[in-house]
Amino acid sequence: MEAVIKTDKLTKRFGDFIATNNITFEVYAGEIFGFLGANGAGKTTAMRMLTGLSTPSSGSATVAGFDVYRETERIKKNIGYMSQKFSLYEDLTVMENIRFFGGIYGLSDKAIKEKSDMLVEQLGLASEKKKLVGALPLGWKQKLSFSVAVLHDPKIVFLDEPTGGVDPLTRRQFWDLIYAATSRGVTVFVTTHYMDEAEYCNRISIMVDGSIKALDTPYNLKREFGVGSMDEVFYKLAREARRSAD
Amino acid sequence: MRTIRFLLEKEFRQIFRNKTLVAMIMVVPVVQLLILPLAANYEVKNINISIVNHDNSDYARHLITRITASGYFRLTSLNTTFDEALAHIESDEADLILKIPRNFEKNLVRENKQKLFVAVNAINGVKANLGGAYLATIIRDFNQDLMLEWFQPSRTSQQPVIAVTPTNWYNPYLNYRLFMVPGILAILVTMIGGYLSALNIVKEKEVGTIEQINVTPIRKHHFIVGKLIPFWVLGMVVFTLGLLVGWLAYGITPEGNLGLLYGFLALYLLAVLGLGLLISTYTDTQQQAMFIAFFFMMIFILMSGLFTSIDSMPSWAKVISRLNPVSYFIDVMRMVVLKGSGLADIIPHMGAVFVFAIVFNTWAIVNYRKTS
Repeated sequence: MEAVIKTDKLTKRFGDFIATNNITFEVYAGEIFGFLGANGAGKTTAMRMLTGLSTPSSGSATVAGFDVYRETERIKKNIGYMSQKFSLYEDLTVMENIRFFGGIYGLSDKAIKEKSDMLVEQLGLASEKKKLVGALPLGWKQKLSFSVAVLHDPKIVFLDEPTGGVDPLTRRQFWDLIYAATSRGVTVFVTTHYMDEAEYCNRISIMVDGSIKALDTPYNLKREFGVGSMDEVFYKLAREARRSAD
Repeated sequence: MRTIRFLLEKEFRQIFRNKTLVAMIMVVPVVQLLILPLAANYEVKNINISIVNHDNSDYARHLITRITASGYFRLTSLNTTFDEALAHIESDEADLILKIPRNFEKNLVRENKQKLFVAVNAINGVKANLGGAYLATIIRDFNQDLMLEWFQPSRTSQQPVIAVTPTNWYNPYLNYRLFMVPGILAILVTMIGGYLSALNIVKEKEVGTIEQINVTPIRKHHFIVGKLIPFWVLGMVVFTLGLLVGWLAYGITPEGNLGLLYGFLALYLLAVLGLGLLISTYTDTQQQAMFIAFFFMMIFILMSGLFTSIDSMPSWAKVISRLNPVSYFIDVMRMVVLKGSGLADIIPHMGAVFVFAIVFNTWAIVNYRKTS
């Protein structure tokens, strides 16, 4: 299997604090990779290093074949990113946001037009397309930011707690979008706190205090820990955490 | 270039959707230009004077009439003792006391010599200075008139007198509005441009949208240019509005070439906006950006030569004012608007502002980091 993300002892320090400590893992093309961990375990820091938003302190990593130290801008051409905090422009409409980010990623006018029509159709936002994004309910905002993140057909999409605070029905629809993306060949790297969502992933890693404590398929993890659900796997590992959650 | 097109589209949409911002951009220059020039006037009028008159004579009365008729003084009280007059100063009702001594007329006529006592409340320095000077002038004139009355002017005058007749060039009536309006307009354009740009990128940081931008392959200089151009256009609009107000309300039209003025403004705005963006890249919250921008604006405005002449500042202050882009703009405004200076006269100013523009913008691009 082809690895699209490879990290080797990737570390990020903020002064004395080691946010991400020597993490080593691989993500394979086309899979849904679940990146789990308690609040403050270092997931977002790791993700920011992989997306070129933050420079690692030590270790090495490649994303889509590009180095995270020297080739961040080339990584950015090949990835999509949806941050934990909603970060589309609330004072632009649905269509304007899609158009803007399409333009920034260098899509042609024709492609932007086609994509945006397709997206609003797919998301069921046709009647809201001229509304300001700030006026949309959270669930729709999240679906929109996911769609914007995969607008330019990236190789990998990074999703940082994409379904936080979203109702169960919308969460299910959100995962339909994720599956639709993987069927187009997009690799998905996702963090979540919902253990039912963890079950949807092909493979899972669990971070505790900045280190990866477990990495396998949900089935193998449950077997390894001798429990019946991902919930219990998570409890067993997260209980060992020393760091206080933020 | 395509990227910049999309950035501009986005910025303009956001600006025009922000109704408060648009209203402020349009209304602030008009209102301030209508109010400030009327208030910012160096001429001191309505100086309150208390007169202690110990000499009930014709001359003393003449002098008092002369003072009150000058238009600069308002007679607060006529007192019989100095202490009474002093009470008026203490309660802030009077700015000056003039004491006319006993036998003022008699001594003047007999001994050809008399002394008057003037006490000035110096809490308001400008008013005290000018008030004292005005009063001295009035008394001197009074004195000269007396001499004319007493001695027939002879060709062989005992006292040679050098009379000075000044002519005010470029602003013959010393009209303060003519002097202030171009300067205030320069400040307004600076403040609006500086604040808007300082608050812009940092707003994206605060809201979090900068993350979504930073994770795209956008080029840094594209991003900065995309931020610069909208405010550059707004600056031009504000300036044009201001010129119109100056023309309609005060009848001020530039003596010099309008194109030259805009040419300088084009460069100048790049410098001011560059500084604003630079502040924006260094700060994390709009509050921080606001305070830093305010700090620079304060210094820039007070040391710009708008209110106090740069030539009379100490030499260290002159050095600072040379590092102050606003001082160049105010200079050019006055030169081109009042004096009709041409390109050759403002080349040094253009050079300085050009350097500021290059330095600030390059610095902003370098300091804007997509990867932290």
